[in-house]
Amino acid sequence: MRRTSLRRACAAVAAVSSLALALTACGGTTKEDVKSENTGAAASGGKADPNAALKKGLTVGFLPKQVNNPYFTSSDKGGEAALKELGSSYKEVGPSSATDTSGQVNYVNTLTQQRVDAMAVSAQDPGALCPALKQAMKNDIKVVTYDSDTTADCRNAFVSQASAEDLGRTEVQLLAEQIGYKGEIAILSAAQTATNQNTWIDFMKEELKDPKYKDVKLVKVAYGDDDAQKSFQQTQGLLQEYPNLKGIISPTTVGIKAAAQYLSGSKYKGKVKLTGLGTPNDMRKYVKNGTVDGFELWDPAKLGELAARTAVALVSGQITGKEGETFTAGDMGSYTIGKDGVISLGKPTVFDKKNIDQFNF
Amino acid sequence: MPESGSLVSRAIRWDTVVGALLIVLLLFSFSFVDGFGNAFNLSFLIGSALPIALIALPMTMLVVAGEIDLSVASTAGLSGAVMGKLWNQGMTIETIIPICLILGVVCGLVNGLLVTRLGLPSLAVTIGTLAAYRGIAQIVLGSDAVTDFPTQYLDFAAGRIGDTFVPYALLPFLVLLAIALVVLHATPFGRSLFAIGASEEAARFAGVRVKRHKLILFTVTGLVASLTGVFWALHYASARYDNATGLELSVIAAVLLGGIDFDGGKGTLGGAIAGVFLLGVLQNVMSLQDVSAQSQIVVTGVLLVVSVLGPRVARQISVARAASSSP
Repeated sequence: MRRTSLRRACAAVAAVSSLALALTACGGTTKEDVKSENTGAAASGGKADPNAALKKGLTVGFLPKQVNNPYFTSSDKGGEAALKELGSSYKEVGPSSATDTSGQVNYVNTLTQQRVDAMAVSAQDPGALCPALKQAMKNDIKVVTYDSDTTADCRNAFVSQASAEDLGRTEVQLLAEQIGYKGEIAILSAAQTATNQNTWIDFMKEELKDPKYKDVKLVKVAYGDDDAQKSFQQTQGLLQEYPNLKGIISPTTVGIKAAAQYLSGSKYKGKVKLTGLGTPNDMRKYVKNGTVDGFELWDPAKLGELAARTAVALVSGQITGKEGETFTAGDMGSYTIGKDGVISLGKPTVFDKKNIDQFNF
Repeated sequence: MPESGSLVSRAIRWDTVVGALLIVLLLFSFSFVDGFGNAFNLSFLIGSALPIALIALPMTMLVVAGEIDLSVASTAGLSGAVMGKLWNQGMTIETIIPICLILGVVCGLVNGLLVTRLGLPSLAVTIGTLAAYRGIAQIVLGSDAVTDFPTQYLDFAAGRIGDTFVPYALLPFLVLLAIALVVLHATPFGRSLFAIGASEEAARFAGVRVKRHKLILFTVTGLVASLTGVFWALHYASARYDNATGLELSVIAAVLLGGIDFDGGKGTLGGAIAGVFLLGVLQNVMSLQDVSAQSQIVVTGVLLVVSVLGPRVARQISVARAASSSP
């Protein structure tokens, strides 16, 4: 009796799969068809008027990847200060987990419903936010992405924290110098799907191809999911797996802090070099106790400020997000929009024992 | 006083309470929450609740029969990942979707066979496959995010009919809901699930083919989970290995809130669906009112504890009433 029911199930599965294969023969939509279909991205309408006055009394919503992440907190505070100076108001919403993409999509909808004038979004996923962001733009809301981008047709402009190439390459340069251009190194990243992390890692690998790194060997990329405990464990795992490890690059603020925490309490302190992207407040202790020689970052507050100023410039009509348009971002000076609506903040700053006390974020 | 007693016990049946709460919350939100009542927000709300509602259909039946499937979100993630991978390799979407559904059937079959043939507890089995299916998804797709699915499919999964509040995807869901309602509440199969949940032994002695029923349930759950995975990838225009992570908890929370007894044998589909939308509306309204994400989690958690407590208190009240009125 059991046999027959199982056999029947197998027959059904076989029938459905042959049906599916038959459908292939009839032709259907493939990736190639879609590629030829999508010829041009939706261009943002209207014409830029560089002399338009900056509007006041706007509301700009910040939607970071995660709300209780210190990096996004300082970044959004920069946005808040800039908006206050410009006479507009600021609000911040966002999911409590950096991998809750559907939650972030819901917040885009929330901001649209609350009829903000513009939103600044750090996207958890390049595609998932698109339908909601397009709906927001349809409702005359200007969309600026910052820190982590979506596909280009889902926003008006992207404020990039420094070019991905600069960041990836300088981190390798920084670490190679610390380990004397010799030995095994590893990378401790955030989520395996994090767009920006993966781009940086690709540039790191690119930089490592230079002959001067012939004695430097990248042995592993570990993923700590921007979770302190998991990053801590991953660091521990790396050192167990590769006892000859000389250095770790962690291009995430959560990861580098957790790794520093592990190293400073272990026998590897000072022997295994650690660098990457961190905030001075998080890392001050580890720089002073000799665990970390130097690390780098852009100023997240400046990133948030530029995102806010870009949003206001967009709403005011000074820019529309097209390549070549120029606008003045208050004290930060003048910025020109690059290809695909990308605005680059500039080169990252290196923090070490000498200068770390000059920064507070 | 038997009449008034049964009336009171119907009024305090938990699924009725949840339905009433949902109506009250909707009335409140329509009149007082700015930005709630417009068609776009409603369609959005329904669209984001659909994955939970879809899986809640078979999950309700499983829980009624005294089992649980925690691997549903991973099955959804796996079918999304396979969908992305095959799409990248140039296969047609019309072929990929049936393949994903078959994959879901296989995933469900594995769960079902482990539970029914080896007699393992479903909680343990599906915690295992939760990790395993997600792992396979990660192997299949790696860190890629596939976003370039054909527009007509994306529009179907994320769009709505004209300017109404009805997402396209709601219509097929309503059909599935109708089927599930009939199966659970109006067929011998459905009724035997309640018998299995109440007492497996008694059901077996009464001639119910317990193992076969459970195997069917797990298989259907796998199928619906993979359908949800396909829908998820199209709805969010993004196929990644970590799609729908944690969805199983939302589904179980909604089912729990809907008054389905986790000891088995009790519950209605209506209650479960009311639970899904109560949580969905509550979350939407709290976001519109600028309640922070952390506070939202607390509110949801408290509500869940109340929903476990509520039916028990209600039952005790009715027992006490029956005791005091009998002499």
